[in-house]
Amino acid sequence: MEITLSPLSPSLSKTFFTSLYELADGERIRACLQCGTCSGICPFGYIMKFPPGKMIGALRADIFEQVMKTDSVWMCVSCNACSAFCPSDIPITAALMTRAKEEMLLAGNIPTELQAALENTQRYGNPMGESPRKRSDWTLGITPEVNILGKTRQPVDVLWFVGDYASYHSRMQAATKALVKILNALGVKFGILGPEENSDGDSQRLAGERGLFEMMAQKNGQAFKKYKFNEIITTDPHAFNALKNEYPALGISYPVKHYTQFLNERIEQIKPLLKKEIKARIAYHDPCYLGRVNNIFDEPRALLKAIPGVELVEMSHQGMNSLCCGGGGGGMWLDGFQWEKAHTRLSEWRVREAVAANADILAVACPYEPPRFEDAIKTIQTASQLKVRELAEVLAEAMDL
Amino acid sequence: MSQDIFVVIEHLRGEVAEISYVMLAGARQLSQSSGGNVTAILLGHNAQGLTGNLAADKALYVDHAALAEFTSDAYITALAGPIREHAPRAVIFGHSSIGMDIASGLSAKLGLPIVASCRSFTAEGKFVSQICGGKIMAEGDLPGPTALVTMVPGGYKAEQGQSAQPPAVTTVPAPTLEGLRVALKQYIEPDTSDVDITKEAMLVSVGRGIQNKDNIGLANELAEALGCAVSASRPVVDQGWMPTTRLIGKSGKRVKPKIYLALGISGAPEHVEGMADSNVIIAINTDQNAPIFTVAKYGATIDMFDLLPVLTEKVKQAK
Amino acid sequence: MKIAVPVKFVPDLVEELTIDPSGAALDTSWLRLIINEFDDHAVEQAILLKERGGGQVTVMMTESDGADDFLFTAAAKGADQLVKLTGDFSSINNHALAHVYADLLKELQPDLVLTGVQAHNDIDGAVGPLLAELLGLPYVGYVAGLTVQGDKAVVRKEYSGGLVAEIEVKLPAVLGIQAAEQPPRYVAYSKIRQVMGTAKIEERPVAGLDLSGGTAVSRLFQPEAAERATMLEGGADEVADRLVAIFKEIGTL
Repeated sequence: MEITLSPLSPSLSKTFFTSLYELADGERIRACLQCGTCSGICPFGYIMKFPPGKMIGALRADIFEQVMKTDSVWMCVSCNACSAFCPSDIPITAALMTRAKEEMLLAGNIPTELQAALENTQRYGNPMGESPRKRSDWTLGITPEVNILGKTRQPVDVLWFVGDYASYHSRMQAATKALVKILNALGVKFGILGPEENSDGDSQRLAGERGLFEMMAQKNGQAFKKYKFNEIITTDPHAFNALKNEYPALGISYPVKHYTQFLNERIEQIKPLLKKEIKARIAYHDPCYLGRVNNIFDEPRALLKAIPGVELVEMSHQGMNSLCCGGGGGGMWLDGFQWEKAHTRLSEWRVREAVAANADILAVACPYEPPRFEDAIKTIQTASQLKVRELAEVLAEAMDL
Repeated sequence: MSQDIFVVIEHLRGEVAEISYVMLAGARQLSQSSGGNVTAILLGHNAQGLTGNLAADKALYVDHAALAEFTSDAYITALAGPIREHAPRAVIFGHSSIGMDIASGLSAKLGLPIVASCRSFTAEGKFVSQICGGKIMAEGDLPGPTALVTMVPGGYKAEQGQSAQPPAVTTVPAPTLEGLRVALKQYIEPDTSDVDITKEAMLVSVGRGIQNKDNIGLANELAEALGCAVSASRPVVDQGWMPTTRLIGKSGKRVKPKIYLALGISGAPEHVEGMADSNVIIAINTDQNAPIFTVAKYGATIDMFDLLPVLTEKVKQAK
Repeated sequence: MKIAVPVKFVPDLVEELTIDPSGAALDTSWLRLIINEFDDHAVEQAILLKERGGGQVTVMMTESDGADDFLFTAAAKGADQLVKLTGDFSSINNHALAHVYADLLKELQPDLVLTGVQAHNDIDGAVGPLLAELLGLPYVGYVAGLTVQGDKAVVRKEYSGGLVAEIEVKLPAVLGIQAAEQPPRYVAYSKIRQVMGTAKIEERPVAGLDLSGGTAVSRLFQPEAAERATMLEGGADEVADRLVAIFKEIGTL
């Protein structure tokens, strides 16, 4: 790698550096020890020309232009591992990496796959470019009918923010329907926004499109305002993160829980309903934006443990040190790009860990994961017996629903 | 004014383009309701021989050095006279890189109505156009007195527009072709070093069901017999069995060939996104519940390893 | 160099299209409009030319839902002048649209007019070649890339089968763009929002439309869409025979 030490134009390093100060705890970047922990723990750090630690080094050396000339920042899956283990508590993911992606995006240096997802979000309110009118088509044929708030206008206890992949992805719809059965079995009075729901926008934000994130947030905020409910639950940890940590700054503030939290609160009600034994070794994968970012580790495990016959096993990366599935921070829409660079996928790495843990089932609680892990299983011969199940699917089966 | 149907014959580098025969077949059907003759118009230079197998009642041939290769400027000037003079019931052009360059221009120049994307004519002589990416068909009376029509393939078979009996050729003097503003500099051959799968009329696409790298040879043999390219879904490319340039789907290329033959592809949304716009999707997959069968027009659950050698052989025989 | 890009919106095919009770038109109550994809490429090509050789890019379209957003996005990409034609365009056809654009372009006197080679709802021909004839300018369609050399453009015209012709066109000219030299770029939404505060859309009222050149449609219908593939039964011989017949019918064999 060529690194010229002559300052080409000091302004970019300086303006970029100071722009970080405007972000929460951004000034902590000055406390960087250059210890290299971030670059080491980054699952793709070994491929990046400028992993996080080197990016900070380049900022200090006034040669940030050289970082911007590479595309290494698009390897970042915003998994937050770097930030979680930084001894100086620098918000590396939230500030440094996300700002760098914003800068890349403004310069038009953006992989085409990601571009398509962003254009789709702008136009259709979901990254896959599906018709917004069909957002609640997954509810067709379900009895009792799922309450779509725009149609019934009934007040509910719980507004369920279903999210993009849980609404549209044919694999994920099975898990979405399983959660409907569970909520009905528990007698929860819930409703969904249906066509009025837009992408939560969080992964787009972490991919550098803050403006688009704000646009999505405003649309969702307007929809929330129209209906009466006590709290919001989400299928998607990214939506959970957006609603909990990002929307309030935009004046959109509601009590919000991930569905695993919500169900765990009702675990005593659930336990007697777990009639069917599931004899399996289950490895639970901590989604980055549920576990590491929002400290929800125990609730999903408690739900799995409550199922008769289940033996919960842990993979080598777990809890705070969990391994990203590769879908975050735009990774969901950079699959080809990242594969070209790495010739491996984080999802494959994770599936191998599940196999090594002798798991029969890899249980997940994030809608990005079933398709990613199931694809990975197709290419790993030793994983052919491994099944990927969304936590709601496992629970619904145990409840014999 | 006549009830004849004119067909503007498209040719490139000494070969009549396939669409010309489709247009002749369409013209034949239209002539049955209009009651006129089918007349082929050929513009070229020393190209009279190209009329040989056209299924037309007669042919008008315009010869000029400036018409040796297609350019819009010269073609519009050369066609305006005969159309004005004969005022046929319809003039059919290809809805193609040639026909579309001139048909609308002639519509504005001669003040004649035009029908685009026509796929077929009804027995009553109505046009049926295929619009909105094939999702909508539009039918209407052929406007008059002379309708210009651009025609898409799919409604008629090329063989219907071919005949062993050459039409009688009348040579028409070319108009003055001066002050032309469009000129061909050169043709650039397609780059054959790496196939651009987005431009193929047909793709033989392999998925996980191909099982191993050696089996790709079976797909290659079929593609070779068909004169088309092989593409792949992600697991195949990930294994390194095919280059990334052949990848179709969300993280690869988006294609819309006339035929997409999917072999052992399950049809995950990530793949379907890249090929759903194909005209006809044919899926071969042993899993009868594979989602690919919900996007395919034709399907078979036969084992592809049984099918491929037989199919390749039959394709070779059919040529 | 002055480059004008007249564009149009078309029904978005992501949405289910429905036919209205008259049976001869699309039901507009459910219709969402989107930029004609070839027009989007024409805008990109114009901006690439400007970036390469300087010039002024004018993007023009008729008013409709989303027109302002599209024009502002074009400005954020690099367009200099935004023109929105106002009036009643509910019954417009391509001939009428070409007349409207021709009037505006006679005034603007561009060196180059770039527009999409076609649109999926063209029924009465394509806008580009109609416009060229009305302006008395030469036209070349299916263009995928060009360079401007003095008073000429050298364009790459695509034919089926991958053959490309290099064609010289005298300027001013109208070109029908099949594909820009690079896919239309992405602009961050924050940049578009910024442009909304600074860029100006010129509104040009259009008094009346000359609809006489249009083509009347008496019936619209949807081709039968199968929910599930027609299954070809039988052994290798039978399935192969059917496939060969299908290949022949569609014309790939």
